[in-house]
Amino acid sequence: MLSPNYYLALSSVLFTIGVLGVLVRRNPIIMFMSIELMLNAANLAFIAFARYHRLLDGQVFVFVVLTVAAAEVAVGLGIIVSIFRLTGGDINVDDLDEMKG
Amino acid sequence: MIAELVIFIILGTFAVATAIAVVLSKNPVYAILFLVMNFFVLALFFLLLSAQFVAFLQVLIYAGAIMVLFLFVVMLLNLTGGIEAMQDKLPAQKWLALLFAVLALVEAGIVVMTTTFPRVSTPIPQGFGNVEQIGKLLFTKYLFPFEATSVLLVIAMVGSIVLARRRA
Repeated sequence: MLSPNYYLALSSVLFTIGVLGVLVRRNPIIMFMSIELMLNAANLAFIAFARYHRLLDGQVFVFVVLTVAAAEVAVGLGIIVSIFRLTGGDINVDDLDEMKG
Repeated sequence: MIAELVIFIILGTFAVATAIAVVLSKNPVYAILFLVMNFFVLALFFLLLSAQFVAFLQVLIYAGAIMVLFLFVVMLLNLTGGIEAMQDKLPAQKWLALLFAVLALVEAGIVVMTTTFPRVSTPIPQGFGNVEQIGKLLFTKYLFPFEATSVLLVIAMVGSIVLARRRA
């Protein structure tokens, strides 16, 4: 196996791209996908460490992260759909600053 | 070793390129397809790191189920384009975001570069990363987190049903 440094470097690059996506884009769907990107970067680090230490615990953690991502997407997309029902048009997250539901 | 480095560089380039494409795509449908590609590349990385079960979960659940959900929502709602063209309330925020992202990357880079991992020569255990081993761990050592995830999934299901219900 390559040294974990390689995988950690790749993981941090992917994570930064995800952070950038959340901060720069205004489309809620793309912001969501950037969050998925960050979760996956963390998964890569988990798997790399699991392999390095020869312990399967890291892979079980990835399993949990996968479940959390699924739950988060289900609820998040539900919220996006209900916002769409209220506004009936393109959603810009900058316009959603009232918190009145 | 050299072969693994070559594979790493090729796959890594693909992973970074598709991730950048996700963030830069104007059309959300393209972004979703790039993200699916990114997930496939990461699944290949997982295979390289002898995590076969997780690699297949990645393809089945992430690329298969979650991204289809995304695709459905984008196609159901007319979310394609037009959003970024609207008036930007916080124009300075984008540049600040870029600055801080670069700072975070530099910081992570310093940490990664200065940490050295001693070489481990113990061989990979038999059946490392297969369904049997992970299942055993999941139902013994990590039984409580496993049950907690099922509660989390129930909460997510109830939540999305409540959100999807028509307002009374």
